Amino acid sequence: MRATIVYPSKKKYLWHAKIIMNLSDMEKRSLVTIADHSREKIEYLIQMAQEFEKHPNRHLLEGKVVATLFFEPSTRTRLSFETAANRLGARVIGFADPKVTSGTKGETLKDTIMMVSNYADIIVMRHYLEGAARYASEIAPVPIVNAGDGANQHPSQTMLDLYTIYQTQGTLDNLDIFLVGDLKYGRTVHSMLNAMYHFNPTFHFIAPEELAMPEMYKQFCRQHGIRYVEHTDFNADVISGADILYMTRVQRERFTDLMEYERVKDRYLLKLDMLSKARPNMKILHPLPRVNEIEYSIDDNPHAYYFEQARNGLYARQALLCDALGITLDEVRKDKSII
Amino acid sequence: MKKQLLVAAIENGTVIDHIPSEKLFAVVNLLHLDQMTSAVTIGYNLESQELGKKSIIKMADKFFTDEELNQLAVICPNLTLCIIRDYEIAEKRTVTLPDELRGIVRCTNPKCITNNEPMHTHFHTIEGQRLRCHYCNTVISLDDVRLVEKA
Ligand SMILES: [Zn+2]
Repeated sequence: MRATIVYPSKKKYLWHAKIIMNLSDMEKRSLVTIADHSREKIEYLIQMAQEFEKHPNRHLLEGKVVATLFFEPSTRTRLSFETAANRLGARVIGFADPKVTSGTKGETLKDTIMMVSNYADIIVMRHYLEGAARYASEIAPVPIVNAGDGANQHPSQTMLDLYTIYQTQGTLDNLDIFLVGDLKYGRTVHSMLNAMYHFNPTFHFIAPEELAMPEMYKQFCRQHGIRYVEHTDFNADVISGADILYMTRVQRERFTDLMEYERVKDRYLLKLDMLSKARPNMKILHPLPRVNEIEYSIDDNPHAYYFEQARNGLYARQALLCDALGITLDEVRKDKSII
Repeated sequence: MKKQLLVAAIENGTVIDHIPSEKLFAVVNLLHLDQMTSAVTIGYNLESQELGKKSIIKMADKFFTDEELNQLAVICPNLTLCIIRDYEIAEKRTVTLPDELRGIVRCTNPKCITNNEPMHTHFHTIEGQRLRCHYCNTVISLDDVRLVEKA
């Protein structure tokens, strides 16, 4: 069944694209990017994740089969999705390593998706090509959950970041969010802009010049009235105004000029003494894996929150799976299958 | 010396005049003129006061839909067409860039799914100036547009 959806507000969309699409029922339930979600939908998913935080073990998805197709390995994300499915009583099929798929034998993505759709109720997909999840959602007869498509989108990471921000601050509104490190290639920080613009944030971009926030994202901020401040320095004074300090890795391979890398590589490391002026409510987040950008002595500091953040990935992904399978917040709240 | 009409008039059909000569073959490809069965006359590198060299296409008994014609805006934003009926210009039309383009423009991102899977490309127009890939979100300026190669 296909229905024509004309979205009332194009403000909701990145790039001011005028989007008039024919969406199938499955496309509507699929999760391709957080940019497709309204403020209300994000709040709704946060409330659902809260229910799973209270009671993660249930029989809610009993009888369902969840396929996890990882055309590119990502152990962390796969384990998180598979745990989410298992703790809700679903069974999991799939592959973790692209070498075992027939893609290398020349099978198209479409053929793989159509084949797996015969077996599974939902497909969680990680792919190295950008736009793969959008395409899969258009052709699949079952909902698709994007677990990362190249450098493009990683909405379950964004959802767990939003959940963590809400959990630590009690709100998503009017926060001072400081993004640190690789702001040029870091898709998590770009998705954060797309998702947070519903909530009147003030962003601070802290990065070396070579990895600064790209102009098109700054343009997005200006178009949507999001305030932002850019810094190249990273010290106690700069971060004293933060509610959220979101750290990312500065990777050597991102630099065209290795001299420049050597010059800036230690400038964006978070050290314990830099927290002296931090707000009491400030929390440090990191999408993990960390290398050395957060000093290990910070792990026991009350501002550190990256391990809790990773655990929230479970609840956020439980909510995303249920939502894509058509299970409502009301049904989750009235669920009697809690173990 | 009196200027002569280099291309014969048509009774009914469509005339696209003032095509910059370097864009002629892209227009020919986009309108699938190689598959047409009625008479098509193409004038290439004709003298033009405004353009220096211009090209012209006359297609007898051929009328395009708005959708087909608007695709031309991707390669020639200010193109003018004449619809001919009974040797007279029945209508003059300018092309406007459509909100969406399917299967016309190639995505410049080599890691885009559309460059790796047998499928149609799909772009959204942003402010009439640039195109955004529906799949990978890459933004392309109209000056850098490359068309999908026809199989
Ligand atoms: Zn693309």
